[in-house]
This record gives sequence, structure tokens and C-alpha cells, in this order.
Amino acid sequence: MSASHPPLTSGSSADTGQPTVPLTFQELLFRLQTFWASRGCILQQPYDVEVGAGTMAPETFLRVLGPRPYRVGYAQPSRRPADGRYGENPNRLFKHTQFQLILKPPPANIQELYLDSLAAIGIDLRRHDLKFEEDNWESPTLGAWGIGWQVMLDGLEITQFTYFQQCGGIDLDPITAEITYGLERIAAFLQDVDSIYDIVWMRDPMTGQEVRYGEIRLEDELQFSVYNFEYADVEKLWEHLRLYEAECQALIDGAQTLAALDDVAQIRRYPLLSAFDLCLKCSHLFNLLDARGAISVTERVGVIARIRALAVGVARAYTSQQTAAQKVTADA
Amino acid sequence: MPDFLLEIGLEEVPSRMLAAAQQELASRVEALLREHRLLESAFQITAFSTPRRLAVLVSGVIPRQPDIEEEMIGPSWKIAWQQESFSPAATAFARKAGVPVDALRKIATPKGEYVGATVLRQGEAASAILVTALPACVAGLSWPKNMYWREGKPERFVRPVRWLVALLDAEILPFHFAGQVAGKTSRGHRILHGAAHVPLHHASEYAGRLREAFVLVHPDDRRHIIRKALDRATRLIPDARWREDAELIETVVHLTEWPTVLSGAFESEYLALPQEVLVTVMRDHQKYFAVESAGGELLPHFLTILNTEVDDQGQATIRHGNERVLRSRFKDAQFFWNADQKTPLTERVELLHAVTFQKELGSYFWKTEQNLRIAEVVSKTIQSRGKILNHAALLQAVLLAKADLTAELVKEFTELQGIVGGLYARAQALGETVAAAIYAQYTPASMEDSIPSTTEAQILGLVDRIQTITAMFSIGNIPSGSRDPFALRRAGNAIIRILAEAALPLRLSELIAAAGQAETSVAGFLRERLSFYLKESRGYSYDVIAAVLAADADDVLDACARCEALTRVRGSADFMAVAAASRRIRNILTQAKQAGSDWSAAQNGLLAEPEEQALLAASERLSEQVQALRMRHEYTLALEAIASLAPTVDAFFAKVMVMAPQADLRAARLRLIDSVLASISGIADFAEIVIA
Repeated sequence: MSASHPPLTSGSSADTGQPTVPLTFQELLFRLQTFWASRGCILQQPYDVEVGAGTMAPETFLRVLGPRPYRVGYAQPSRRPADGRYGENPNRLFKHTQFQLILKPPPANIQELYLDSLAAIGIDLRRHDLKFEEDNWESPTLGAWGIGWQVMLDGLEITQFTYFQQCGGIDLDPITAEITYGLERIAAFLQDVDSIYDIVWMRDPMTGQEVRYGEIRLEDELQFSVYNFEYADVEKLWEHLRLYEAECQALIDGAQTLAALDDVAQIRRYPLLSAFDLCLKCSHLFNLLDARGAISVTERVGVIARIRALAVGVARAYTSQQTAAQKVTADA
Repeated sequence: MPDFLLEIGLEEVPSRMLAAAQQELASRVEALLREHRLLESAFQITAFSTPRRLAVLVSGVIPRQPDIEEEMIGPSWKIAWQQESFSPAATAFARKAGVPVDALRKIATPKGEYVGATVLRQGEAASAILVTALPACVAGLSWPKNMYWREGKPERFVRPVRWLVALLDAEILPFHFAGQVAGKTSRGHRILHGAAHVPLHHASEYAGRLREAFVLVHPDDRRHIIRKALDRATRLIPDARWREDAELIETVVHLTEWPTVLSGAFESEYLALPQEVLVTVMRDHQKYFAVESAGGELLPHFLTILNTEVDDQGQATIRHGNERVLRSRFKDAQFFWNADQKTPLTERVELLHAVTFQKELGSYFWKTEQNLRIAEVVSKTIQSRGKILNHAALLQAVLLAKADLTAELVKEFTELQGIVGGLYARAQALGETVAAAIYAQYTPASMEDSIPSTTEAQILGLVDRIQTITAMFSIGNIPSGSRDPFALRRAGNAIIRILAEAALPLRLSELIAAAGQAETSVAGFLRERLSFYLKESRGYSYDVIAAVLAADADDVLDACARCEALTRVRGSADFMAVAAASRRIRNILTQAKQAGSDWSAAQNGLLAEPEEQALLAASERLSEQVQALRMRHEYTLALEAIASLAPTVDAFFAKVMVMAPQADLRAARLRLIDSVLASISGIADFAEIVIA
């Protein structure tokens, strides 16, 4: 194999031939945040309910609904119980980190902006091979789908790029573009390490001392894998799922009753954001049950349909709530 | 004559859609020009595409439509010409037609005489026509999957449109589409050329200018370059060639604007992994070409097609990146392979309790038990008919067939289920017969795929599929219309193909009975699949299939042979006569039965006419003959024998009236024709044959 390869450095250093130290994991995140903040994006913090992907956080799922323009970026730890490998697999995680970007509506130069963001994290595209390959995204549990690509850099999928067409079963207008960077993958690529656990998370600027990804994350990969695959109590998971589902559904039903009353003040304060949290809980419980092998192929279809019904219910109610609230603002 | 250039600039279009879209755009543009009489007789049209553009260049466009003379018809002559002069109505018509009144003429039409005018219609400029017509022309392109991107969702297209070029020679045709106005500015390669615009000063310079901007707009050029470069890169590896893969070539042709080839390598230790796994990773996941020795052995190299051209440092970087990805995927596969060996297949059967087949039915352990039960019966039946097979190995294969579902490698590469089981069986020294059967259990996967080569694999394939079908039917998962979520039709097709092409002595009813389900709908379902197979794979006509299956739809091999024989004889006049007679007999018997006739006890002795005697004798002779030929599956001979009955049966019907007034004679004649029908209907129900 190529015994010595050139370091993967930023564009400027490639020009001068001076190798610079590749970005640490946290610097990678800073750079992306800074880049997109300077292009007018709100920076948000990760959502604090378990999600399988940044798309599920309300900053995406709910914000893409309705007419209001929005631009936001946030890192989102994403839990996928079935992907856990007890920390033994160098390329797989139960919980990985996405940097999620939402541009509503998408600017015409969105692909160019994206390429600029790669330059910002030290990727000199003149020395790499970049392809946008068809990869349409669909989430049956969210009633959402979009058209887009996986972005391949030297054979590695580094980004998922999607033009949302539908969310929560609702046709979207305007369309939202979603750009999802896989931070661990990109960091491992930039730092040229073979294991995610070897990624340099931070480097002390004074001492040069490094902290590796494994030091911070290995333990929870192990323990959560053990829980997800061995300890999670299937009966209780089903019970939790039923409870969260019932509460979520009750809130959705309540929203419908309220909508008929035409009391805008009541409609505005109605807790649909909380209903969505409950829906997210259901989705995570489904993933846990799936990891436990407790869901058969046919059953799967049924449970997905149940969660989808919640997501669609919340999306509809939320859209009407927004419309009602906007009308008040407009009237005032 | 001017050249016309149209380019639609897009965000990356899926590679699978480009070839068809390029073709469609060219034919739409050609049709548009033709419709508007803007095409020279010696025109030339060239279509281009890259991931970021579709384009078409037409040379031989007429710059202005030729003027044409048209006949306009006005009011009737009687109204137009009154008192020896043109009436006010005629004057109005002349004004409308734009001609002087004295240019009006009398025109005779089938409906009578009218006033007419010859009008000169001036041709329009090509540019004006195109500006108006191009939006619809482009919008009408059909894509397998469309999207919206603009606010208000004014249009759907495959991907966002980012620029448009429309030139008639040097003249810009500023048509509007998808928020863009056509100009003369194209774009080059994203990286090699960058964001700078590529101005086109003339339509004809399109391909040349784009080449300067690092875009090869013609897919043929890219294909040629890729093939050459693959050859060149492979020459640097001793005793090597790249594994030909036309499908992958097309994919990478349509994924690139400026293709170059880069070779990479992986540690030879990974060659210990099965080829199937290596090739799946390289080809399907990474779009790499595999490299093999002259003898077809996989070598530890791969070739990847870049959409860029880089310096040595870049090559080293990109090679390193691709090798890194491949290594991690191989490492995963190897990790899974090794981890999987810790639990041999034989121990994995127990683990199938935890893998759900169908919630309403049971686990894959349950399915395995069912499969074993069915295999026991099917194997014995087939052996009792002289087929030699390894019964113990078959049952072992059936027992282990689903065990790889618990393997990590299968969870990773689901498309390799079965294949991985076979490989594990081989690695775990369970015997080649067992391994081969597990390996091939899902073949044929399509109508093009071939059937498994060993009898044990064939039987495993039959058993597994009939179990799935009958089990799914028993809980109401029956395919209907376009809904077939469990791919039961494909399973049914495979059953038919294996029975037909492996020549296994097993009837469909026996297979269904072995599955232990008395669902009559399964028989009907398999009969449909048989009919589909005879039509789609064998190409027999509907009426032949209907005739054959009406006689018997249970023995697949036999049905194939009878279709073949029937197809061969159906053209002959004698055969058609017999077919017509069959239909006649069937109608007579149906009507007689409805009228309450009963001919079961009729006496042949009453048949006195020579034509009756002749038919009786011929029918008895034929009955024996057909029976004997049928036993030997000599269907063509049997059908020829049946066809030879034509003169006798025709003579009978010409002379004898079946529905004689005397009841006993009528019964005797009915019995005669009934026996004739019986003697010929064992092979096919000829009444189904469409008589040309």
C-alpha cells in the first residue's frame, strides 16, 4: 500500500507545501459552525431527546413545515441501537454525530456553498475525487422523503444531501435542502486514522496533549450495546411504547378538538412540541425493540405505521397551529 | 444552414437516467423542428450528456420557415356572389384573408361551391418559434423520479436547473424554463474549471469549448477513454486484466465529466475472503472494477474511475483514500467472517428461534422444521421415480439453509444470504453437496438467471419456496394486482422453472400436498405462474397454453412438451379441422346435457351408417394410439394421429345428424362423439384453440 501518503490538509497549506496538522474532531465542528454561521445560519444545540438522525430533531422536522424561511445548523448525536458493536468495530457506532444543516428555501448556489464548506475544513478539492451520486432519502416512520445524493469523496460517503419533498405526510413548500455531514467519518478521513476511536477529539494548545475519541466515547458504546442487545427488557419496551404512543395520540386528538373551537390563544399554547417529543420517544423505543430482534418483518410494517401516524398527526396539528398563530400576528 | 444548440444545465442527474434522457431530448428537439418545418433534409443531430447537463446540437436548421400558400374557404358562393358582383360578406372575407376582393375565386368542394382565397403565409423565423416552443419541449422530458425545488413549486424536474444555453449559430434564443433564461454561457468541470463561466460564441463550438473546460460532453468519448485507461492501468499490473463489466462501465460513464482511472491495491490477505464478498464490496458498494489474472483469479487490485484529473500528489491522496475505504470494508467483512466461524452453522439452527419468519406463523426455526417435513416427502417421491439423489445431504442442507440469517456477514451483506451459508458450509467441511445446495437456494432469482445445477439444490429451492407460498397464503398474504410484498410470484416462477428445466418427476399437486396445505388457491396461483412461464419464457401463444392447461395443469414438464407439440401442429389444415370439430362436439354435448339427454347406457349397435362405423373404428383405434404415444410423451406424433381424424369426423358431420329424432339413436351418437372427444382431449382441450 502507499507507505507514505500526503497529509490531508487545508487548501492553503497544500499550496505552500507546508503540511499542517489536520483538524481535531471539535475543530471540525467549529469550522463547520463558523462557516455556516457566516452564511447566515442560526446555530442550535443538539436536541435533548434520543433521535436516530438529525432530521428527527424538531429543528428539522417541524421547521421544514409551513412557509417560514429558516436556516439552521446543529450537531446531533444520533442513536441507532442496532448499529452498536460494543466498541469493538473500528467503523461503527451506536451513537454517531451528524452536523445537520437546514436551508429553507435552498439558495441557487447551494452546491457551491457546500463545496466551499469542504474547503473550510481543509479539503483541497483539486487533490480529491468528488462525486454526487443519486441517493434518495426516505423515512417511513416520519412520513418524509426527499431527493438527493450521497456525496462521495475518494470513495467515502461524507455527506447526505437531500431536497425534502414531503415531511410528516405533508407536501412541502418551500422545499428545504438538508445537508448532513457524518462528523466521525470526516474526522477519521482528515486525520487518516483507521479507527474512529483513534480520532483526536482535542489537542491542548499549551501542552499539545491529545484526547482521543475512544477515551471519551468507548465506554458508552460498550455499555449501551450491552443494554440495547442484552439487557433492554422487551416487555417493558413494548409497554413504554404503548404509554408514549397513547399520550402522544391523546395530545394529537386534543389538538383536533381545540382546532374546532377557534380560540387562537388556546391553540397557540397547546403543547404540540411536547407531543412531538413523545413521538420521538416512540421512534427510539422502536429502534431498541428492533435491535433486540423483537420485531418481525410483518410486525415491523405495523409498528412503523403506528409511529408514522403519530408523526403525521403532530405535523398536521403543528401546521394548523402555525397557520392560526400567523393569522393573529397578521391581524395585529 | 445554421446550427442549433440546446444545453440544460443541472445539478447532478442520477447516472441511471442519463442515457435515456439524452436520447429523449434529441428526439423531442428533432420532432419540434420537424413539426415547424425547420429541418433541412440533410440535417444532423448529436446528443450529449454529462451528470450536469443534457445537450443537443442540430446542424441543418432552416433559419426561417419557407412561405407557404394556403387555401382559405369563405362563405358559400351563393352568398358571396350576388347580382354579378361580390357581396359585402365576400368583401369581409377578403379583408379577413388579407387579399383584394378581385383575388377571390370560386371553389368547388364536395359540399358545394364556396368562395376561396389563396393566402400567402409568411414563414416565421426559427429563433422566434424556438423561443416559444422550447419551454414545453424541455418540460416534457420524462424522468423516472422528479422533484420540486423552487418556491411555489412551479415545475418538477429531475434535479434543479441551473443554467440554459440556446444558440442558433451565434444568436441567443432567450427562452425561459424553470426560473432560468437561456443564454450563451455554459459551465465547465466543477473543480478543474471552477466557477468561471464558459461563454459559447457559436453553437458549433460546443463540444470543443467544453473540452477546454474539462468536460467531455459526449458519453461515447468518455466510454472510450475509460476503457483505454482501464487497459492502460491494468498493463502496469503483471499478468492482469480488468474484469469486464458493461453495466459498471455505463454507470461510471454517466458519473463523470472528465474521467481518469486510478488503480489501487489491497492486502493479499483479504483474498482469503470469498470472491463473492470481495466483488460485492468493490462493484456494488464502491463502483470499482475488479482485477483478475489471465486465469480469472481475483488479484489484490482494483480500478476506480475518478471524475477529475490530478497530479501525482493528488493521485496518491485519492488512492490512499479509496484504499482506506476498501480496507475498512474488507476488514469488516473479515471480522464478520471470523466471528461467524466461532459458531458453526450446525449450532446456528437453534438461534433461528430468535429470528422471526412471520409473526403469525413462527420463527425461521419453525420454517426450517416445515421445510424438513416437506423435503422428506418430496425427496422420497422423486427417488421412487428413479431419480438418484443424496437424501441425507439434502436434509442436512434444508436444516442449515436459513442458519446464515444469524451470521454477521449476512446482516452486513444481505444480498449474499444463502451464498454466505453455502460458503460457511464449505469452510466448515459439511460436504460439497450440502454446501452447493445452500449456496444456490435462491437461484433462479430472476427469469434470466439459471436454475441450480444439483438435484439437492433444486429440491431445496422447491421446498423452501412452496413452504413460503403456502404459509403466506394460509394467513391471507396473497398477491393481488401490483401488490406482492413477499415476492411470492417470483417464488412461484422459480418453482415452475426448476420443475421444467431440471426435469424433476414431481407434479405440482404433489408439491402442494407435501407442504400440507389444502389451499386450493395455491394450486390456482401456481397454475397462473405456469401459464406465465409458458408465455414469457417459452413464448407459446395464449390459446395453445389455455388448451394445454385445460387438459392438465399439474405436470409442468408434460405441459411444456404438450405446448411444444401443439404449437408445431396447429398450423396444419387437418388439425384445425379437428379443433373445429372439437368445439362443435363440445357445444352439441353441452346442449344435449342441458336438454336432459343421457347417453351413458347407449348401444353402439345402433350405429349403422358407414360414416358412424368409420368414426367409431377410428376413434377406438385413435384412443389406444394416443394413449400409448402419450405414455411415451410423443406428443407431436399423438397430435398428428389426432389430426388424421379430420376427414373421418368431417364426413361424419356432413352425413349424420347427431340429434336424431329417435332417442336411442341420438344417445348412441352422442356417446360416439363423446368418446371421440375423450380420445383426443388428453393432450389439450382443442376447443380452446383460436381458429384463424
